[in-house]
Amino acid sequence: MAKLSLEEVETIAELAKLTLTDAEKAMFQEQLSDILEYAEMLQKIDTTGIPPTASAIPLKNVMRPDVNTLSLDNEEALFNAPQTDEGSFKVQAVLE
Amino acid sequence: MELYTLTIHQAQEKLRYGETTSVELTESVLERIAQVEDKVGAYISVQEDLALQMARFADERRATGEDNPLLGIPLGIKDAIITGGVPTTAGSRILEGYIPPFDAATVARLRQAGAVFIGKTNTDEFTMGGSTEYSAYCLTRNPWDLTRVPGGSSGGSAAAVAADEALGALGTDTGGSIRQPASFCSVVGLKPTYGRVSRYGAIAHGSSLDQIGPLAKDVEDAAILLGGIAGHDPLDATSLNAPVPDYVVEMKRGDGLKGLKVGVPTEYFVEGMEPGVKTAIRAAIDKLADLGAEVVDVSLPHTQYGIAVYYMIVTAEASANLSRYDGVRYGLRQDGVDMWDTFRQTRETGFGPEVKRRIMLGTYALSAGYYDAYYLKAQQVRTLLRRDFEQAFEQVDVMVAPTVPGVAFEIGEKGDDPLQMYLIDVLTVMLNLAGVCGISVPCGFSEGMPVGLQIIGPALGESGILRAAYQYEQVTAWHKQKPGIG
Repeated sequence: MAKLSLEEVETIAELAKLTLTDAEKAMFQEQLSDILEYAEMLQKIDTTGIPPTASAIPLKNVMRPDVNTLSLDNEEALFNAPQTDEGSFKVQAVLE
Repeated sequence: MELYTLTIHQAQEKLRYGETTSVELTESVLERIAQVEDKVGAYISVQEDLALQMARFADERRATGEDNPLLGIPLGIKDAIITGGVPTTAGSRILEGYIPPFDAATVARLRQAGAVFIGKTNTDEFTMGGSTEYSAYCLTRNPWDLTRVPGGSSGGSAAAVAADEALGALGTDTGGSIRQPASFCSVVGLKPTYGRVSRYGAIAHGSSLDQIGPLAKDVEDAAILLGGIAGHDPLDATSLNAPVPDYVVEMKRGDGLKGLKVGVPTEYFVEGMEPGVKTAIRAAIDKLADLGAEVVDVSLPHTQYGIAVYYMIVTAEASANLSRYDGVRYGLRQDGVDMWDTFRQTRETGFGPEVKRRIMLGTYALSAGYYDAYYLKAQQVRTLLRRDFEQAFEQVDVMVAPTVPGVAFEIGEKGDDPLQMYLIDVLTVMLNLAGVCGISVPCGFSEGMPVGLQIIGPALGESGILRAAYQYEQVTAWHKQKPGIG
C-alpha cells in the first residue's frame, strides 16, 4: 500500500482525539506506514467463508438478576474527578 | 538464610510451624527492597506501612487457627491491576494520583486469603510494550544484567521476583506480557486460559486477549497463586464458570511424564532464533522425553501471520478502551478552549508515544473504509490461527517452544523501531489469540542471559502445563540460580 499521507495522519488523530505535534505527525506517518505495510501480508490469505473471531471463547449474553446491588456513593464516585460541581462531574459546555 | 529468598511454599511451611511470622517475612522483603531497589527499579510504589499492617493482620488470623497457602505471603501487584485505596497508574501520567475506589477481583481474592501487598510493580504504559521502557515512572533493569531490560510489560513483577523483592507477583498478559519477562528474568510466568481468571479491575488493554496471571520463583508457587486467583466472577461477563482444581495436587499426579504427548510446533523454531536459545530448548525437550513424554512434531501453519493479526486486533481494542481517558471522571485533565479541546489536550499530555502510536493504528484499523481490510480480515485470520491450535491439540496434550526467540536486550536497543519491538512477541501472541494457556519456565542460559521454555496447553489445560513444568523442574536446577545483583 501507499504510504500514509500527512492529511490521513491528521484525520486519524482527530478521530482519536489527539493533538499531535508536527514531529509526532511525521514520526507516526513513517511508523504507521511501516506497520501497515507489514500487515499487508494478511491480504494474501483467502478468508472466503471464514467467520471472524471476536472472542476466543463462545460468548453468550450474561445476565444477572435485576436487583439493586451495592454501588459507589456520590462522594466515592467523585473522589478521583479532576473537577466537580454540586455533586457532579464538571465539563465544559456541550452545546454552543 | 534470609527469609526473602524463600519460595511461597517454603515460607508457608515456616509460618505453619511457627518458625517465622508474616511480619518477619514482610520486614525481610522490605529490607531486601531497601538493598537492591535503587539498582533494579521493580516498583512504581512501595506501601511499606500498609504491608506491615496487612502482615500483622495475617499473623492475627493465623493465631486464631486460620491457614491457607497465601496467608501472610508478601506479593507484588502489577500497577495495571487496581488496588482499592492504593494509587494505581498503569504506568501512565494520565492516571497519576488515581486512587481506585475498589479492588480488582484477583486482588480481592488475595486480600481475602490474607496475602500481603508490598507494592505496585512497574509496567509499560497501559501494558503496551515488551521492555517496561515505556513506563512513565521509572526504569526497571534486568537483575541478571543491569544494562538490559527485564522484558515487559510485566517487567516490574518479573524483576521483583527474580531479585527477591517479593515472594511472588501478579502480572497481566495480552500478548506475552507475563511469559516474556518471566523468560528474560529466569522466573516462572503463567498466562491462564482466557476467562479462567477474572479481568474485573485489570486496566483494559485488549479486552479479548487480556488475562491476569502469576509470576513466581518456581512452578509450585505459580500453581498456588493461580489457585488463589482463578474462578468464576459474575462481574466479568467473559469469566468461565468452570471448577478450579487443586493445581498443586493435580500437577504432582502421574509417574514422571509417562503417557503425556508433547508436540513441538515446527514453525516456532523461527528464522533468526538465537543459537543459544535453540540449544537450551532442544535440551529441555530431551529432558521431557527422558521423563517419559512422547515427543512428536506438530504444525501450526498460520504462525507467520500471528504478529500482523495480533497488532491489528490489539490496537483496535486498545483504541476503543482508551477512549475513556478524557479528563472528566478520573486522572489528568488539561483544560482547553472547549470540551473537545480539553479531551485532546488531556490525551496529548497524558499519553506517552507508544500509547499514542497504538491508539492511532487501532483507530485507523477501525475507521470507515479500512475496517474490512484490516480489522475484519485480522479477525478472520484469527479464526484460522485458533483452528491450528484445535487441530494440534487433537494430536497432543501440550506443546513446547521457546517463550522468546532471543534473550533480554540492552536498554534503549529497540527504542526507535516499534516494528522490531513487536516482532519479539512472535511466539507468545498466538496463545492470546487462540485463548489457550501457557507457562514459561527457566530452562538455561544463552550467553549468560536466561532462556525460558514455553509449555502450551489447550483451554482450561492449566493442570497439564503445570504438571509438565513441575516434572521438568524436578530434574533441573535452573530455577534455583539467582542473579548476583550489583
